[in-house]
Amino acid sequence: MATDASASSSPASALGENVQAEARVKKTRVVSARMSIPQRLKNIWTNRELLRNLISTEIKVKYKGSALGLLWSMVSPAMTLIIYYVVFGVILKNSIPHFVIYLFSGLLLWNFFNLGVQSATGIIVARSGIVKKVAFPREILVLSCIGTAGVFLFFQSLVLIIFMVVLGVAPDWQLLPLWFLTLFIVALLASALGIALSAINVYMRDMAHLIEVILAAWFWACPIVYSFWTQLHARFHHAWESWLYFANPMAPLVLTSQRVIYNAPYVHLTSAGNKGEQILPPWRATTYISWNVELLVVSSLLLWIALVIFGRLEGNFAEEL
Amino acid sequence: MGDVAISIQDVSKHFRLYHERGTSLKERLVKVRTSRYDELWALSQVSLDIEEGQTIGILGHNGSGKSTLLKCICGVLQPTSGQIVVQGTLAGLLELGAGFQPELSGRDNVFLNGSMLGLSRTEIENVFDDIIKFSELEQFIDNQVKFYSSGMYVRLGFAIAVNVDPDILVIDEVLAVGDERFQRKCMDKIREFQEKNKTIVFVTQSAEQVRQICDSTLVLKNGHSIAFGEPGHAIRTFRETLLEGPDGVGGTVIDDADPNAERVIEFEPDSHEQPIQILDVVLSYPDDASNAYLKSGDPLSVRVAYQAENDIDDVIFSLTIVEPKGETLLSTSTEQMGLHFDVKTGKGAMEFAFQSWPLLDGLYKGSVGIQSRKGGVMYDWKEDVVNIEVLYDGKSGGLLNLPISGSFTTGNLNERGQ
Ligand SMILES: Nc1ncnc2c1ncn2[C@@H]1O[C@H](COP(=O)(O)OP(=O)(O)OP(=O)(O)O)[C@@H](O)[C@H]1O
Ligand SMILES: [Mg+2]
Repeated sequence: MATDASASSSPASALGENVQAEARVKKTRVVSARMSIPQRLKNIWTNRELLRNLISTEIKVKYKGSALGLLWSMVSPAMTLIIYYVVFGVILKNSIPHFVIYLFSGLLLWNFFNLGVQSATGIIVARSGIVKKVAFPREILVLSCIGTAGVFLFFQSLVLIIFMVVLGVAPDWQLLPLWFLTLFIVALLASALGIALSAINVYMRDMAHLIEVILAAWFWACPIVYSFWTQLHARFHHAWESWLYFANPMAPLVLTSQRVIYNAPYVHLTSAGNKGEQILPPWRATTYISWNVELLVVSSLLLWIALVIFGRLEGNFAEEL
Repeated sequence: MGDVAISIQDVSKHFRLYHERGTSLKERLVKVRTSRYDELWALSQVSLDIEEGQTIGILGHNGSGKSTLLKCICGVLQPTSGQIVVQGTLAGLLELGAGFQPELSGRDNVFLNGSMLGLSRTEIENVFDDIIKFSELEQFIDNQVKFYSSGMYVRLGFAIAVNVDPDILVIDEVLAVGDERFQRKCMDKIREFQEKNKTIVFVTQSAEQVRQICDSTLVLKNGHSIAFGEPGHAIRTFRETLLEGPDGVGGTVIDDADPNAERVIEFEPDSHEQPIQILDVVLSYPDDASNAYLKSGDPLSVRVAYQAENDIDDVIFSLTIVEPKGETLLSTSTEQMGLHFDVKTGKGAMEFAFQSWPLLDGLYKGSVGIQSRKGGVMYDWKEDVVNIEVLYDGKSGGLLNLPISGSFTTGNLNERGQ
């Protein structure tokens, strides 16, 4: 809500540089019902220190008083990983070698997205105390959720690295920068969704429950525990089926992560007589890159829309809470 | 004078007060047209320019929109229409413990709160010691703030707000929970801010505080700005609105234009028959046309008119005066004053006269009664019907307007003594 109007600094700068030292340039802030998106983004940027503090607060508070501290944050993702591994890798015996790495490379991304969106949706309501009493760009609260999820993503990545070293799986070093872009896009998507949903949740409190259900289904729409190429692609007979599948932006992002981390477009199964089978789509690197560039644009656009929605709804937060 | 620090331009704030409010999806969809609410304009077209370096007090009765205006200035609420332009950094202290994370230690909260006010980590580190020193919470700074007392919250909140060196300080009524010594410290700090030419906006219920430290005062009534300007004047207006309050008086105040205006409070005769009833209560005091207040130090008389149905022997008239906080100042009666008289059928009046009214400003309330001396029968009793609005022009605070003068000597005092 704080607006830095560039107009304000012009009289001061007109005085010349030597005068500027003694007169502190005053910031101008306009409190009104409308504010443009670039201004909002700028406000978020000027408050990055607060964002950092909120993230560290979140993590401190969450694991305060527990002996194992941050380790607890790993328990739940580890459990999911183990369950999927046992169910799909051991019991159902899918033919994906190094299934743990395959699974982990997609799950990692999903956990980030899932945790980010879910915690962000409820955050404005959960922090109504602050929202009602202190002025700061409220989007920061949502971003702090995504940031916190990002911290957990970092720890999970460390575990993934250990797994990869132990199993001797190397990522595609050349494409590794792409993986960071993918993470960034996921963060953008999660922010966009979180910003819009957190504002809507103020007015419709069961949004938080709804999104939980949606995310549970969404998970299966991503090729995380199964292989898109071997198990789904062959069954798509119409273009629209494939189109529908890839309307889910998380699907190509998960595929990218698998392509970079799991790094095995062709897998030669050990059983005799079988020729190489494709676990990952046999796309060229450029295909993945263009997917990601497209999604970067799309998710930026979504973020913009989310900020507009948030801006419209934000005016009444303090009274609705 | 200086630049405008806060320009409030035609600001209105509209609230909907829902009778019962559904916040679930289903309720929102199904009952969207049926949910009932009252409309409320908490602020209506308030316009006001606050100049840099000024100290502004905001007065108004409960629910008049003071906090709403402060929240708009701070940006917690957005005005429904109009806009506020704020020049410079602003630190607000809107509510008790606002922005504190209860699970964190005081130390961590200083950093969290500081960054909410827009400071970087190093900037906070630079003033950290000052904050702790000012709040006097050295012992508790590593405790979780959820174990803090209300006063400790305010100490920390105020200490942060003033030490981050904002250009504008906005304070709601939170300071009241600090202990006396801390409140004095806050006032000192506010004076220090005034000397540094910083802008201060604060809400208070204490007219005395306003007179002491404000340059200008804004009076809000039901969201309208009804006075803005010199504190004495604004306080007068504020007092007037208090009198008009819905639950103010039991009678009607007749304000005639007579320069020697008397305030008459008339009563409808009670339905149940009493041998003697109070007809009206009249306050009279010297009055210049410009205001309808009793000036501190002026004489005052309270005349109680009665109507008696029959002759009654030994009647006592009593008068009780209560100060604004509810303490009884004076409780007296004709018996205690050594007056004895009988009442004859018909009308009459008893007048209580004060040679001078020695109290400082405030709203003093009085009750009058008529009873019998023998048997203690209460014939009539009017609770809180006397409203004595006192205006004090001076700057001193406290309760009593004691006659006082000063003389100043310089040089060697010992010489004079010998
Ligand atoms: N979030 C809200 N939703 C609906 N109405 C509100 C809200 N906040 C305040 N109001 C209404 O706005 C009016 C003004 O409230 P405000 O808090 O500004 O009063 P105030 O002058 O600060 O009173 P007090 O002296 O009690 O602190 C009140 O009638 C109140 O009911
Ligand atoms: Mg208030």
